[in-house]
Amino acid sequence: MRKVGFNNKLLPYLLIAPQIAITAIFFYWPASQAVWQSFLIQDAFGTRTEFVWFENYEVLFKDPTYFNAFIVTVVFSTAVAALSLGIALLLAVQADKQIHGSGPYKTLLMWPYAVAPAVAGVLWLFLFQPSLGVLAKLLRSMGVDWNPLLNGNHAMILVIIAATWKQISYNFLFFLAGLQSIPKSLIEAAAIDGASPMRRFWTVIFPLLSPTAFFLLVVNVVYVFFDTFGIIDAVTHGGPAKATETLVFKVFQDGRLGGDLGGSAAQSVILMFMVIALTAIQFKYIERKVHY
Amino acid sequence: MAEVGLKNVKKSYGGMQVIHGIDCAIKDGEFMVLVGPSGCGKSTLLRMIAGLEEISAGEISIDGRVVNDVEPKDRDIAMVFQNYALYPHMSVYDNMAYGLRIRGLSKAEIDERVNKAAGILQLQELLQRKPRQLSGGQRQRVAMGRAIVRDPKVFLFDEPLSNLDAKLRVQMRVEIKQLQNRLGTTAVYVTHDQVEAMTLADRLVVMNAGVAEQIGAPLEVYAKPASLFVAGFIGSPAMNFLAGKISGDGRAVELAGGARVALADGRFASSAGRKVTLGVRPEHLVQDGAGTAAHFQLAIELVETLGADTLLHGRIDGKGDGLIVRVDGATMVKSGQTLALHAPPGALHLFDGETGKRLSD
Repeated sequence: MRKVGFNNKLLPYLLIAPQIAITAIFFYWPASQAVWQSFLIQDAFGTRTEFVWFENYEVLFKDPTYFNAFIVTVVFSTAVAALSLGIALLLAVQADKQIHGSGPYKTLLMWPYAVAPAVAGVLWLFLFQPSLGVLAKLLRSMGVDWNPLLNGNHAMILVIIAATWKQISYNFLFFLAGLQSIPKSLIEAAAIDGASPMRRFWTVIFPLLSPTAFFLLVVNVVYVFFDTFGIIDAVTHGGPAKATETLVFKVFQDGRLGGDLGGSAAQSVILMFMVIALTAIQFKYIERKVHY
Repeated sequence: MAEVGLKNVKKSYGGMQVIHGIDCAIKDGEFMVLVGPSGCGKSTLLRMIAGLEEISAGEISIDGRVVNDVEPKDRDIAMVFQNYALYPHMSVYDNMAYGLRIRGLSKAEIDERVNKAAGILQLQELLQRKPRQLSGGQRQRVAMGRAIVRDPKVFLFDEPLSNLDAKLRVQMRVEIKQLQNRLGTTAVYVTHDQVEAMTLADRLVVMNAGVAEQIGAPLEVYAKPASLFVAGFIGSPAMNFLAGKISGDGRAVELAGGARVALADGRFASSAGRKVTLGVRPEHLVQDGAGTAAHFQLAIELVETLGADTLLHGRIDGKGDGLIVRVDGATMVKSGQTLALHAPPGALHLFDGETGKRLSD
């Protein structure tokens, strides 16, 4: 990287000031507030506040519902990341073949990304609504006793579908860009070397896509951790019986609805560290693993 | 090792025909170069031999077997790409071993073949490196190594040197030629560089707009270009062309500027008055000595000194057609000077004024 020097000592600081200000106002300040809050216990009316050090965290780690939320999050994020990455890769490989109508095909695949999470949730909620939904009817006619309102597994499947559907577009776009940056001659060389299309994919194309795939994996996990709140809120409210209560939904549930600001803040601090860790891993990995 | 046969090979994309029926028989062990300007269809033709492009019409055979419907991997060919197409995530060793592993060769045999190829190409030290840790010339060698470990019937080269700098290009050119001589494998080589074509080829195919203008040994093509296009493409600097017509007695060409250039004999008597293009190479024009009549008075406008020789650019009589002359590097000429030039009858080329085809001789 080339270093560019500034003659004016003040100018570089001025240039990054807006970015710093935005980060400070929208991240550092709320984040530090959350850390501070997590050390406090407040009564339900906000009249008394007590500084308790790590008591909120201790309570949290002994709480079976927090453990439940953790398991739910792991199941949910694994399923969504695996499905949305897998399906997006499949679609991107097809789109990369550049057959007729690939333009509209790509555009149509992008649309779900423009849909707000809550709207996406409501959409799928309607499709799968036990008594009204078109797809629910289909399932029932096939003999499945479909009821996401009562059955926790069904509810989980429903939010997974909604969250996956929403994320496929984003992954698709990155995979397609990744595929298109692989020189055609590499594939041709592999074909002349005698590799079957499947083998070409797994030994040449996929390894070259792996930095993209890893980047997407991290982005997807972060997405599932945070941005699926709208979907869960619209579709299941974390129910039935906390079967779809993820960590981020529990933060909202406990803080906003349960009035436990300290506990909720502690949860969000833990979440924050998880994401920081994920991002750090990603940067380390990406720096080491670029082929070109 | 094998012969490669092309029979009336055509290629169209949709309704656009880009290759208009090429016939060519490449002999066993021959180094055949396809040369032409960009867009002439030479790479497409090579890719058709490789099986990377479908053959719209005609027939391609390798070692006597028609391969029109044979997959690239089953044609027993190896190809070296312009951008090398090395697998960036694999070491040099794995790049070379990839095809062998797919073919299910034993570990010992793969090891032996890779090491042998690495020995030939001086890659032993680099086997564990990744392509991005190599220089352009080394990458080029690995690409060739990948081709030779497979011991194919035919090598296909698609402008393999065009990504290298000038010095390395000359060096690799020599290496490729030596390698092919040593292995004796049939090779088809695509380039737009006529120097590369002349130096590498046993025979070359000069292509233009999807047509093979001439197929022949380099010196044959240089000495007797079959058309105006070939005459202008092969040789550097390009041949000088002058418009004119054959004189009434068929013994000379009368140029548009009024000069009269004598022909070797009376073979053109029957075509008196015919419009022709007269071609003469810069290196064949001689300064007027005693006893020969000068054909042109060339007003020198630019002098390019290349060291070994010097190129003089000028105009006939200071106003007519442009002409380039190659003279010995020791000749001292300045721009502004006028030079009396003579075109020896034996060095003249005549092309039909309409079709551009070479007139019989």
